[in-house]
Amino acid sequence: MALTQPMASSGAQQLELPENVVVSRLDELANWCRKNSLWPMPFATACCGIELMATGAAKHDLARFGAEVFRFSPRQCDLMIVAGRVVMKMLPVLQRIWQQMHEPKWCISMGACASTGGVFDTYAVVQGIDRFIPVDMYVPGCPPRPEQLIQAIIDLQDKIQREGTITGREFNTRQRQDRKRALVESPLPLTLDASRNPNIQRQLSGSVTTARP
Amino acid sequence: MNSFSDAPSDSATTCPHLVALEQAFGSLESSLFRGQQRVVVPAANSFAALGLLKDRGFDLLVDVSCVDYLEYRGAKHRYGLVYLLASTTSPDRLTVRVFADDPEPTVASVVPLWEAANWLEREVWDLFGIHFTGHPDLRRLVMPEAFTAHPLRKDYPLQGRGERHNFPVITRDHS
Repeated sequence: MALTQPMASSGAQQLELPENVVVSRLDELANWCRKNSLWPMPFATACCGIELMATGAAKHDLARFGAEVFRFSPRQCDLMIVAGRVVMKMLPVLQRIWQQMHEPKWCISMGACASTGGVFDTYAVVQGIDRFIPVDMYVPGCPPRPEQLIQAIIDLQDKIQREGTITGREFNTRQRQDRKRALVESPLPLTLDASRNPNIQRQLSGSVTTARP
Repeated sequence: MNSFSDAPSDSATTCPHLVALEQAFGSLESSLFRGQQRVVVPAANSFAALGLLKDRGFDLLVDVSCVDYLEYRGAKHRYGLVYLLASTTSPDRLTVRVFADDPEPTVASVVPLWEAANWLEREVWDLFGIHFTGHPDLRRLVMPEAFTAHPLRKDYPLQGRGERHNFPVITRDHS
């Protein structure tokens, strides 16, 4: 974030910064503040809500990422986490709560039901909340592990830092926003997975050379 | 061998409540399944029959439910209501069936007998469209008020008729 190098390319004048002074852009500074103090609004309707609670509890400790302050008033929140299926009677409530939240605000759709309706393809269940409210991050899983939700929050922090502006211009113009994407599983290094896979273990030890046709 | 007897036995006639019902309303279709007594009451007499049973000690209405027998093998009626009665002073239990038919399935409300029937009958009205005459407040219970269909009927499609798609879409521009 900080520009610590003196602007010396012109060679005319070197800007000497005093100690503890950094130069940055206001947008970057606002993004840095916003991304590290996300206040989630827990819209937990089903079993995903249990994992959401586990994410906030001591073992997984969402406080490490600055998002531990769950508030039950939408007016104090800037991150809505929809955890669980949303039925059609609940959807007007969801939309109202989303509209009561102050800008800038973001939304995480947690789990298969919130994202797609999951197995509940019936007359009463909404098939994905992104049909009716904007969603920034999707978390797959039924329910997702707390690690996945934490990864989604880290990804959302990256997104805020990359595309955010202090006036929220990125919400008006789609070109300024990153493409929406689901959580991506990062592949484990082979050595980590080798204990489970004897073939890889043998390949690593060099005793077997695999011949491919 | 099976310790439970599914065949009709002499105990069908020993149930005193059934005897009292048949004295009042004539011969009734009844059956006994694993010790549980079941009796079918004509829709015209349902309120009087259930009132008689309440006077005989069935002071607890456990449940009011409904079954849609559309295209069911051998069914003579479209809807079959189920009243599960129990007593708080004796171990007696009784299942009362009342049948109703299209186009306007109507049954007398038992709210004057048991207050518990209020929400139970509202739920049956909501999901099956059975009209309960004499109900003080027959509104939908579980589905949204603007909903028009009765979704547990067999001729209602599982995925609905598009009701869940008719909401305003909130985008980033107006939120």
